[in-house]
Amino acid sequence: MTVTVAAVRRPRRRSLEGRRRRTALVMLAPAIAGLVLFFGLPLVVSVLLSFTRFDLLSAPQFVGLLNYTYLFTQDPDVGTAALNTLWFVVILVPVRTVCAMLVAGLLARVRRGSGVWRTLLYLPALVPPVASVVAFVFLFNPGTGPVATVLQAFGIQSPLWFNDPALAKPSLVILGVWVTGDLMIVFLAAMLDVPRDLYEAAGLDGASGVQKVRFITLPTIAPVIGFAVVTGVIAALQYFTEAAVASGVASGKATVGQGTATGLGYPNQSLLTYTEYLYAHGFAEYQLGYASAMAVVLFVISAVLLGLTMRRISVFRMAS
Amino acid sequence: MTAVVTARPRVQPASGRGRRALVWIAEHAALVALAVLALAPVVFVVLTSLMTSQQALTASIIPKVWDWGNYVRVFRTVPLAQWFGNSALYAVLSTVFMLVSSVPAAYALATVRFRGAGLLFTAIVVAMLLPPQVTAVPVYVFWSQLHLTGTLWPLILPNLLGDAFSIFLMRQFFLTLPAEFADAARVDGCGEWGVLWRVVLPMARPGIAAAAIFLFFNSWNDYYGPLLYTSENSASWPIAYGLATFRGVHGTDWSITMAMTVIITIPVVVIFFFAQKAFVEGIALTGVKG
Repeated sequence: MTVTVAAVRRPRRRSLEGRRRRTALVMLAPAIAGLVLFFGLPLVVSVLLSFTRFDLLSAPQFVGLLNYTYLFTQDPDVGTAALNTLWFVVILVPVRTVCAMLVAGLLARVRRGSGVWRTLLYLPALVPPVASVVAFVFLFNPGTGPVATVLQAFGIQSPLWFNDPALAKPSLVILGVWVTGDLMIVFLAAMLDVPRDLYEAAGLDGASGVQKVRFITLPTIAPVIGFAVVTGVIAALQYFTEAAVASGVASGKATVGQGTATGLGYPNQSLLTYTEYLYAHGFAEYQLGYASAMAVVLFVISAVLLGLTMRRISVFRMAS
Repeated sequence: MTAVVTARPRVQPASGRGRRALVWIAEHAALVALAVLALAPVVFVVLTSLMTSQQALTASIIPKVWDWGNYVRVFRTVPLAQWFGNSALYAVLSTVFMLVSSVPAAYALATVRFRGAGLLFTAIVVAMLLPPQVTAVPVYVFWSQLHLTGTLWPLILPNLLGDAFSIFLMRQFFLTLPAEFADAARVDGCGEWGVLWRVVLPMARPGIAAAAIFLFFNSWNDYYGPLLYTSENSASWPIAYGLATFRGVHGTDWSITMAMTVIITIPVVVIFFFAQKAFVEGIALTGVKG
């Protein structure tokens, strides 16, 4: 065997490499087909459909830029929807990130029983989003919910939470903080990876706790903060389930069946997010051309965001 | 850390030990408070699920009569067994299909060098990060042409053609495995399928388990997909979608609603406790390398 290999070393090697590559291609074939069929192609078709009027029943009708001019200059509600989504990007993402970091920082200091505390504080993140939203609408139910009962005990009149246009979004932020466990684990793993001796050296130099956080912990975990913010912003741009379910449950009008998305945005459009509005146009009213135009705008925003940030986040690079 | 602690008495000989105790107390007080906040909603929900429907409408927190009947009644109020079955079918088939299609893809992407690998990897990351709404319209039209809207198949079948996030996650995990064993197997004449099956799979079990659990949970919890594809056909609803519509249809029967909330959560919690280690490692793996 060794003799054969030595004798025909170069061609044999090359054909082995070639065979490896061919096998790799076979292994990747389904995934490549999936990317083309469910991602690349639909992306192109979305752009094409955005220049049409299309209701699924008859063939798409070319209307030029009409959908876009309506979207940017006439649609009375798209601004509200975009601003609601922007609100979640600007408030929900930083609040969740900071809370996750604080809790992770606390957990990173604990020596004994750290596994138990970690599990306890992670548990809320396990609850299925629909279940946690239904539970929170019940908990914050102004009349008889447990939160109202507790507030009553302190002599405080409970606000209307999910039924108050001014408080519906903040109520979802409270929920967002409650389920922040995933982020917490990511931060905790990063903090535990910070080399011990950096803290020891700083301690010998007389650095205070705050200084250690400021000059050692934060710079070391900065890439993870970047990762959390970018993925958080992308998640917030598509914020849908929590808002839609909260509206449905709080209004008592569930989103059932095409054409009856009546609860969307309740109370008073305060929870109408951009993706909900896209859904309402596309799949409740079958204005698929207009929905496609909204999708293209969302794509451009997300693509710009990814283009600006993706290279800086090393897990999103091929690396090795 | 120990060095920091031993170093401190030199600076503040008098208060060192007392301060340490105070810090310990403050930290643990904060932890207890956080744990209470984390668990209180769960406790309230479980307690309410055990009240009579009438009592659930009042401000009381502890059930007067422990009414376990809610967990039976909810199965009669809505076709819960069917919805539960739909969810199980959706989650199990998606996970199996994903494993078949995505484990080899992740392995090839992690170990074999070929032209276009960088582009393919970027495409997978972008597909994983872009909002699904961006491609929702054409994909919906595609499935409606195949007359599969109204069922969960449009959400299950694509997993046969790879799931971007799973491929990404498993590739990250495969990269952490030592290459020596695979190389040794190759020298012994083992092909890539053999290396994957006999050498890599046994070592990569935690990473594969994490990807499988994530996909299982995502399918089990999914609301947007079933809303898009099954909302007109309640026979196809998974339990998460059924729960979201429950109050609209059945008014304010909070005790039964909370029983259903508990039922939908139980499978997730049970799976979590069986596979906690792989799961937590998986979460850390998605972001820890920055």
